[in-house]
Amino acid sequence: MLLSKEEVLHVANLARLSVEPSELEEMAGTLSRVLEYIDLLNELDTESVSPTSQVVEQHTVWRSDVIQDSLSAELATQNGPQVVSAMFVVPKILDGGGQ
Amino acid sequence: MSDNYEVVIGLEVHVELKTASKLFCGCANLFGQDPNTHTCPVCLGMPGALPVLNRDAVALATRAALALSCTVHSFSKFDRKQYFYPDLPKAYQISQYDQPLATHGQVTIRTEAGPRAIGIERIHLEEDAGKLNHIGQRLGDATGSLVDLNRAGVPLIEIVSQPEMHSPEEARLYLTELRTVLSYLDISDLRMEEGSMRCDANVSLRPLSYTGSLADLPRVEIKNVNSFRNVQRGIEHEIIRQRELLEQGIRIVKETRGFDDAAGTTYSQRSKEAANDYRYFPEPDLPPLVLDAVWLEDQKNQMPSLPEELRHQLAAEGVLPRDVDVLVQDRALYGFWRQTVAIYPDVKLVTNWLLSDYSRHMNAKGLSFDNPGVSAPHLAELLALIEDGTLSGKMAKEVLESMFATGESPQVVVKRLGLSQITDHEAIRLIVSQIVEANPAVVADFLGGKEKALAFLVGQVMKATKGQAKPDLVNALLREVIASHV
Ligand SMILES: [Zn+2]
Repeated sequence: MLLSKEEVLHVANLARLSVEPSELEEMAGTLSRVLEYIDLLNELDTESVSPTSQVVEQHTVWRSDVIQDSLSAELATQNGPQVVSAMFVVPKILDGGGQ
Repeated sequence: MSDNYEVVIGLEVHVELKTASKLFCGCANLFGQDPNTHTCPVCLGMPGALPVLNRDAVALATRAALALSCTVHSFSKFDRKQYFYPDLPKAYQISQYDQPLATHGQVTIRTEAGPRAIGIERIHLEEDAGKLNHIGQRLGDATGSLVDLNRAGVPLIEIVSQPEMHSPEEARLYLTELRTVLSYLDISDLRMEEGSMRCDANVSLRPLSYTGSLADLPRVEIKNVNSFRNVQRGIEHEIIRQRELLEQGIRIVKETRGFDDAAGTTYSQRSKEAANDYRYFPEPDLPPLVLDAVWLEDQKNQMPSLPEELRHQLAAEGVLPRDVDVLVQDRALYGFWRQTVAIYPDVKLVTNWLLSDYSRHMNAKGLSFDNPGVSAPHLAELLALIEDGTLSGKMAKEVLESMFATGESPQVVVKRLGLSQITDHEAIRLIVSQIVEANPAVVADFLGGKEKALAFLVGQVMKATKGQAKPDLVNALLREVIASHV
């Protein structure tokens, strides 16, 4: 299984990584080898295992709607590289994105 | 609209749930707090922090689903929706993807052509993102943004309609009815201006010759619209824009557009056709949600009467059809009406006063039925004063105006203004006699058959009593006094 250069570019774009055109070929190769390694899982016999999205056999773990203490604004923002008026400063957003 | 195209509209409505704490952590779910005062490692997206689901959020979402006639699934699960944005600290939103809480619901809109059911595809639970405060006037001119994460992790339901609306008006009716139904559940503030209710509209034009699937039509999503009126305006503008392009033979590009309130137009935000690649995958930190029949029954038992039921009830109580809709549409108004009718059970009189003079004064003061200024017992008392003859309808209007101005009870206002109809027969009879004595020519005219002459005399008496006599009583007494004079 070999990833195309386009697929590498697409993944890089989603991850907000800039990749030089000269790097594409090598990345397609190394990423493909990672995927091939994961392909090993296909050698397992899963005939008798039903598909699941969870590995822990739990469900409906929930809590009462009770308020607990929050952090102070100072503590909450202490990792921010730049903080103004107790808010994180982020650069101008170019694409008007969001969900 | 145009003859060549059918307008196809689908709406995605986000509703913030009114829980005490956030969806996956114990931070308070409050609007309008100082920035970043309600966050913790979970909603800040700190490594290693684990989310735990809020049971009440599931309960409120379930009641919304039941009220909208959805199938609530006994098994649903959470997924990660991945994208980068500064208001999303984890770089993913916990949402529900392929197995949502509920599907297959409906909202019945009442169009001029009669009622029509608009399908609801799904309702799912998810967490809200934080809030960006742009430095600069508009997103486009912003030099940067300030991030407040108080809202990050607040519980939301997303209600996705089927693409079954065909005009901006139908979209407005859908939103109005949806909000009315949800308002009776009391699960959200439903304030568009505060963002507790938000709406995105998907708009496409289907050429009538097109027979392919609706999903393949290029769709434009209008985002960040802050009022029902603007949803309608945004859709109106989008229909015109798309039709112009199509008629020039230009292909519509699948994109996200914002709505410019001042210009009344939409503008392109993101136009890459395959921009949405969210790479959903099952949220490993949250086990699936399994709701059993007992729990569902319990939620059903906590449901209030819903608008459709109330409409039937009001009609049966004798409220006119046009008033039924108005009363039910505003839950606070309906509650106020109920309260007033419980004290003063003349349904028609209460409805008339509430929907006309009362509403006018309330609106003029910028108040709403949540806190209307004049209480239901005071309104009921005022209406009782009309019934017992103390006040004429005209006087009652004056009293009500004064009640809104001062907050006083009707009795107090009546006393203060020296109002109240003179119902003492003897007192009026005396005045009537004086007027009859003073106007022999007019009395003669009346006796000669000129009925109009009596109206003049009634007017004179009303003037002498400063309008505080009951006109029908004056009329009767005049006839009596004149007859006894002959
Ligand atoms: Zn938190």
